[in-house]
Amino acid sequence: MNSQSQAIPNSPRGWQALSDIPWIHRFVWCVQRELWENRSIYIAPLVAGALALLGFLVSMVYLPGRMRAALAGNAGHEWELIQQPYTYAALLVMGATLIVAIFYCLDALYGERRDRSILFWKSLPVSDLTVVLAKASIPILFLPLITFAVTVVTQGIMLLLSTLVLLGNGLPVAPLWAHVLFLRMSLMLFYHLVGIHGLWYAPFYGWLLLVSAWARRVPFLWATLPPLAVGIVEKIAFNTSRFAELLQDHFGGGPQGLDFSPESVSMEVTPHFHSASLLSSPGLWIGLAITAAFLAGAVRLRRYRGPI
Amino acid sequence: MACIEARGLRKTFGTTVALDGINLRVEEGRILGLIGPNGAGKTTALNAILGLTTYQGELKVLGRDPGTERDRLMRDVCFISDVAVLPRWIKVSQALDYVAGVHPRFDRAKAENFLTKTTIGRDRKVRELSKGMVTQLHLALVMAIDAKLLVLDEPTLGLDILYRKQFYDSLLNDYFDRSRTIIMATHQVDEIEHVLTDIMFINRGRIAFESTREELESRYVEVTVHPEKVAAARVLKPFHERELLGRSVLLFDGVDRQQLAELGEVRTPGIADLFVAVIGNQAGPAQGAAR
Repeated sequence: MNSQSQAIPNSPRGWQALSDIPWIHRFVWCVQRELWENRSIYIAPLVAGALALLGFLVSMVYLPGRMRAALAGNAGHEWELIQQPYTYAALLVMGATLIVAIFYCLDALYGERRDRSILFWKSLPVSDLTVVLAKASIPILFLPLITFAVTVVTQGIMLLLSTLVLLGNGLPVAPLWAHVLFLRMSLMLFYHLVGIHGLWYAPFYGWLLLVSAWARRVPFLWATLPPLAVGIVEKIAFNTSRFAELLQDHFGGGPQGLDFSPESVSMEVTPHFHSASLLSSPGLWIGLAITAAFLAGAVRLRRYRGPI
Repeated sequence: MACIEARGLRKTFGTTVALDGINLRVEEGRILGLIGPNGAGKTTALNAILGLTTYQGELKVLGRDPGTERDRLMRDVCFISDVAVLPRWIKVSQALDYVAGVHPRFDRAKAENFLTKTTIGRDRKVRELSKGMVTQLHLALVMAIDAKLLVLDEPTLGLDILYRKQFYDSLLNDYFDRSRTIIMATHQVDEIEHVLTDIMFINRGRIAFESTREELESRYVEVTVHPEKVAAARVLKPFHERELLGRSVLLFDGVDRQQLAELGEVRTPGIADLFVAVIGNQAGPAQGAAR
């Protein structure tokens, strides 16, 4: 035993004098813990990015031919072929992280009760609110940011590869860069991921977390069957499908009247128009209020739910 | 200030009464053993103290209400509910990092020091460790936390005797000092007997018996009575009687030791014997759930 450890029981203990750990530090450690436990949070998008690159690498064989055809004048179609891979790469990474987000949320507050580790986490001075907020921040904030980073790097490598291949074949590079608007594409992607995948879908993740905190078994079924039941009961009772439409309106796209298909997001619409309309959309704020309610429920449930 | 103070502590699960109005007072610096059969309400009582369950009645732990001030309370209280609760995916180094990151009273050097005495590698995952090693790791984490109250619920369940002994030795030698309070629930009575300063039997949600160890040693006497003196011994109103190897063993409460010495061999009863006597006298199956 060294002198330091000896000193502790013997010296008069200054209980109050000990400085406390700031809340944000605890929060960061909770997020760190999630990244340790769920490595798919960053591995899945990295794998998706790598797969996209692999496919793209093979397609490089056709690039010079496509470029020549595009430059020769029968433009529209060939340019599309040159642009497409960038959109597909983004979609692939997005799809991977969306799946990760769903399974992460369903397990986040259920898994720790099932493996009894909740008793360890709860023996430490970290509040249920901090834990639930840290867990919610993964799909709402961190996964969109990770998706963004991986996608931008993937697309950057793709653009670089294309440039090198074109230069190697003695073809001009400028038309490629004129059609693949990298910076604008990235800005749009950032907005789409943080705004839509993060904030706009937040009530969806909130619901999954609530179910995860509540369910004693099969959280997946508890998350999917009740909304389905509501829809069916409504259909039988009133012969309407308002509930289903509501869900479809919210999660099928973004704020009303805007096209959020990947093509339009990555290539065409300007970011200013989008972010203004998102922030002024009541749907966003109602959604966030519902998210807050779901998360408050999850905090409450975690307070007294023991291991299962 | 009492470390734990409970009045009319009550908890029901549906129609099952887990805690039936318990009054409890644990002073600072004590090591209390909460002993009872399965489903007696031990874990429920500890969970109430730790703010892990709702309850009725009055309860103050270190002057705080575990129901409403749990977050603040956990800075001064630490607990091990069964050692198998460390997350299996976590690495030893990550566990140290995390606890150091969130606990203001965690002394990392002390935990590291404890671990160097074991064979646990820093980059091992909990799932790769044996159950005994997981216990050592959990103990290293908990003992490095400068807590006022440590709650242990069956901390050595499923461990072999070597690790069990090591666990309690470490707890007493390296951790306990007179300003800390430890409360532990177990039914492996024999091993913790020498550790405890206070003993409490709990049965069917009620406190069946409570005593300090000094009081127990001065009040209770167990006599292996000479066969011809059994009738004389029974006159002194033993509160429990059993047969051991063909001889009667009688347990007395508050009867003069000198007087009893004439009847046979006298000794201080073990907690296990006392437990069997007290709980056996309150016949009937234990109710409540082990939660």
